[in-house]
Amino acid sequence: MTLTILIWLPLAAGLIGALLLPAQLARVAAVVGSLATVGIAISFVARFHSGRSGLQFVTDRVWISSLGIHYKLGLDGLNVLLILIATIVFAAGILYAAGQEWDNPRVFYLNFALAESAVLGAFCAQDLALFVVFFDLMLIPFYFLSGIWGGEDRIRATTKLVIYTLIGSFLMLVAAIATGVIASSEHHTPITFVISQLQGLPLSHTSQIWIFACFAVAFLVKMPLVPFHGWLPDGYKAMPIPAVAVFSGILSKVAAYGFLRIVLPLFPYASVHFQTLMLIIALVSVLWGTVVAMTTPDARLVVAYSSVAQLGFIVLGIFTLTPQGTQGALIQMANHALVTVPLFFVVAAAAMRAGGSEKLADMGGIAFRAPLLATLALIVTLATLAMPGSSNFVGEFNILLGLFDSKLPIALIAAGAGVTGAAAYALRLYIRAMHNRVGAKVTSFEIRRWEAVAIVPMVLLILVFAFYPQFALRRSQPSVDRTVAAAKTPSVRPGAAAASTSPPRKPGKVRFTATVVSK
Amino acid sequence: MTLALATAHLHGPHIDWGSFMPILILGGGALIVLIIGLLGGPVAESIRARVTALVAIMAFAASIVIEINIFHHQTSIISGALRIDDLALILDMLFAVSGIAAVLLSLRSPAASTAGHGEYYALMLFSVMGMAVLVSAQNLVSLFLGFELLSIPLYILCASEYRREGSLESGLKYLVIGSVGSATLLYGLALVYGSTGSTQFAQIAAQIHSGHLAHGVYGDPMFLTGLGLVVVGFAFKASVAPFHQWTPDVYEGAPTPITAFMATATKAAALGVLIRFFDVAVISAHHKWAPALAAIATITIIVGNVGALSQTSLKRILGYSGVGQAGYMLAGVVVGTKLGVDATVLYLAFYLIMNMGAFAAIVANQNARSDGDDLAGIAGLGARNPWLAWPLTISMLALAGIPGTVGFIGKFQLIHALVNGGYTWLAIVLVLGSMISLGYYLRVIAAVWMRAETPSPGVGFASRFGFGTGVGAGSLSPIAGGSPEADGLGAGSLPPIAGGSPEADTPGAGAGAAAAGGQAVGAVASEHPASRATSPGYPEVTLVAVVFSAATIAFGVFPSPMFTLVAHAGRALGLH
Repeated sequence: MTLTILIWLPLAAGLIGALLLPAQLARVAAVVGSLATVGIAISFVARFHSGRSGLQFVTDRVWISSLGIHYKLGLDGLNVLLILIATIVFAAGILYAAGQEWDNPRVFYLNFALAESAVLGAFCAQDLALFVVFFDLMLIPFYFLSGIWGGEDRIRATTKLVIYTLIGSFLMLVAAIATGVIASSEHHTPITFVISQLQGLPLSHTSQIWIFACFAVAFLVKMPLVPFHGWLPDGYKAMPIPAVAVFSGILSKVAAYGFLRIVLPLFPYASVHFQTLMLIIALVSVLWGTVVAMTTPDARLVVAYSSVAQLGFIVLGIFTLTPQGTQGALIQMANHALVTVPLFFVVAAAAMRAGGSEKLADMGGIAFRAPLLATLALIVTLATLAMPGSSNFVGEFNILLGLFDSKLPIALIAAGAGVTGAAAYALRLYIRAMHNRVGAKVTSFEIRRWEAVAIVPMVLLILVFAFYPQFALRRSQPSVDRTVAAAKTPSVRPGAAAASTSPPRKPGKVRFTATVVSK
Repeated sequence: MTLALATAHLHGPHIDWGSFMPILILGGGALIVLIIGLLGGPVAESIRARVTALVAIMAFAASIVIEINIFHHQTSIISGALRIDDLALILDMLFAVSGIAAVLLSLRSPAASTAGHGEYYALMLFSVMGMAVLVSAQNLVSLFLGFELLSIPLYILCASEYRREGSLESGLKYLVIGSVGSATLLYGLALVYGSTGSTQFAQIAAQIHSGHLAHGVYGDPMFLTGLGLVVVGFAFKASVAPFHQWTPDVYEGAPTPITAFMATATKAAALGVLIRFFDVAVISAHHKWAPALAAIATITIIVGNVGALSQTSLKRILGYSGVGQAGYMLAGVVVGTKLGVDATVLYLAFYLIMNMGAFAAIVANQNARSDGDDLAGIAGLGARNPWLAWPLTISMLALAGIPGTVGFIGKFQLIHALVNGGYTWLAIVLVLGSMISLGYYLRVIAAVWMRAETPSPGVGFASRFGFGTGVGAGSLSPIAGGSPEADGLGAGSLPPIAGGSPEADTPGAGAGAAAAGGQAVGAVASEHPASRATSPGYPEVTLVAVVFSAATIAFGVFPSPMFTLVAHAGRALGLH
């Protein structure tokens, strides 16, 4: 069972559904394919050896020999959990979509299939050019999903989304090629794009600076963080619910993962050089996302802007350049995916019960006739605001811990404000939708089976994760240590020297919060 | 006695017939096709059409086979006038593939039947022969010979659908502007000869290298003027800014198969000769001409991509997109390294593959509806005809440079060559152009998949020219044995080139390809209460679309064979 099968199985299932099956059975192929992929991902996680820091399950074949591009896949602590979360998110999205009727279902499910294969490929890729290929490819299915099955004004919104994202991605393409060329010419080796080989061929400081900038722009646009978030409101509103759930759940994480896999190990000088700037960008995103989520009248946009805030936290954790911060960021990536997907489904369910409107003003009192739905929504809401006891709390705690150790301890105050604000917007969403006076247009009904099929498993996973976050932390620890060490090693900046003089925090510290819960 | 002594010194040039075969096949094939086209009476029109097309395809195929056979043998033929090396052979293969696709697209097009099938395909073959001569040229005279041999048939072919005003206009426009370009080129070549004293590329290169020019390259005004005029002449043909103005107009007016042929083969020929001239003949002056050419490439990329943003005609969009892509490929020439030449030739091959799929879809759509070239005409194509919608979508995504398609691989290699050659800023301009280009490629895809179908304002070429099976007025399709002019067996049924007269008083003149096209539309349209004309999907057009879009994806995922092939091109020029 190789990673190649994991990556391409969804696309194969999608093609079978599109080409060989009648239109009514396309959803069956999609559901079966996505569930099978979840099974394969579980098998990989089960077989993963937690103690090692190197790559496991490696597939390495030469793809384009004259360019030194390898088809190289591998799992290590950074991506082992993310592939599992990715398959789960896609399965949830497809299960939700399978409960509804769509025009031209073959093409609809084929787009999801292509997106899943591209996302899994991006997570598993160990070659820089291969990563760029999958990163650019995973956007295109969403162009079609948005443009064909989306809401009003969808064409303009989706065109804006794609052009915005590809501006960053094309800059990343130039930067990636430049990395390979400059590395090989400076060290007089044949050109290669394999990440492990590039780590041994460091670039000059000036090259690192502009290349880091290009990668950063590409990833920041994807997540999105302020000031590259212009496409967010229109883009999120235009997508159909299964697509926006998957987009917000996992595509933004590929960008954050890109920082950990590529930027920190390959451009360490630039990472330290830009650390303050990235922390400020992340912080502004946290605060701005929180404030807008607290005040926007549209339920879908509350979740959208909360995504901005959460991704801000994740980038905050990454750019503390500490093991705690990075561990926190990794676990938050998984948490946010598990939380935001059912949250979008809840918003859609609420809209369906409010006469089709997604405005908070039109909702209210939905819990009265839909207690089960309200309970599930409450669990998801509490997880969103990182209630202590949830896995999100562990993640945010780690991030704040890492922030304390880093260059901007004062940022802790602002980040704390973000955490508090999360409670504000999450509870606002829940109360306005579920409690209070019954809205004028509301005709509430209990959760339907097709909605439950998608929401209930995700809520169960949130609960499982809440009780056992060590599941994630244990597997990623060695790789996180390696990544952060790589980002810190060759720097000669005084800021980095100060950080290294603080007493080293043992990994045992991280286990503190988790050992409270029985193991 | 003196006569005998004089003639004793007359030697013809040494001709290596084996290596010359590809060019000869094309020329010979053209003559055969021309003659077949004149045979027979009007009843044999349909058979004539198919036989001439078949012979043309066979000529192209035979030339490809021979080119594959003589690969790896660099020879100089006709006393050094032409050089059949791997670069020339690869480009010849591209031209022939483009020719085959254009023949298939023209098979039942109104252009071929209006102009006469024999003449039409013969002109195409002569044009490809000219392209082959052009990219093999080793001296200034054979260069110009190839240039003209390639251009003049194209002027005629653009105007071949002479019943349609747009076609005539495009042909005339191309003739006038192309002639200006040729004249400029010739003047420039003459000045280069005057300043260096030789017409052979090798000698010119030696002259520049050894510094024998008066006051060095910068100081020699005659050489510089000549070089400048030569660049202008090539720029006209390659539609490089600011000499690209003719491209959208001519592309839009010309019959679509000819547009497809021009967009792919002519551009390949023009860029091939740019490679030959700049990376061989004047390579020693690289540091002098490279900045200027880089600036031209930048302007071309910006102008081409921005110009397409406001267009609504698909052929104009592809015309402007072609200008932008010519800018990308020119950037590959600018670098002046082996990698740059490889990247340019690779992108030329991929450019052919990407564009043919799109043009085939446009041809098929124009057969179905009269506004087939317009964005309104492809609205809803995804639901209407997936066999055309997918090739068009894949072509647009490939042209935009989306991974998984050849466009991405081509751009990757170009950026690689640019960064390697120290032109990173030009690589940034290249991706800037790609970003701008998304604006119009996405608009085409949006029209195909995301907009509802608009009712057709009129019937397409297929029905109007009586080639539709469902069309009334009693004319069967030629395949079914009927002929366009079912009852007109008189002089009106022969194309004018073959002696027929459109104004002849034949009873059936109103039913088929008659001068009163509008009358025919009216007669035919009244048979159809529905707004959509029932027209056959021509299988050969769909075949071209499907094959080229499959190649777009296949080579995008497994590009190694193409890389191996074009690696020979750079090596053939002996660059580093």
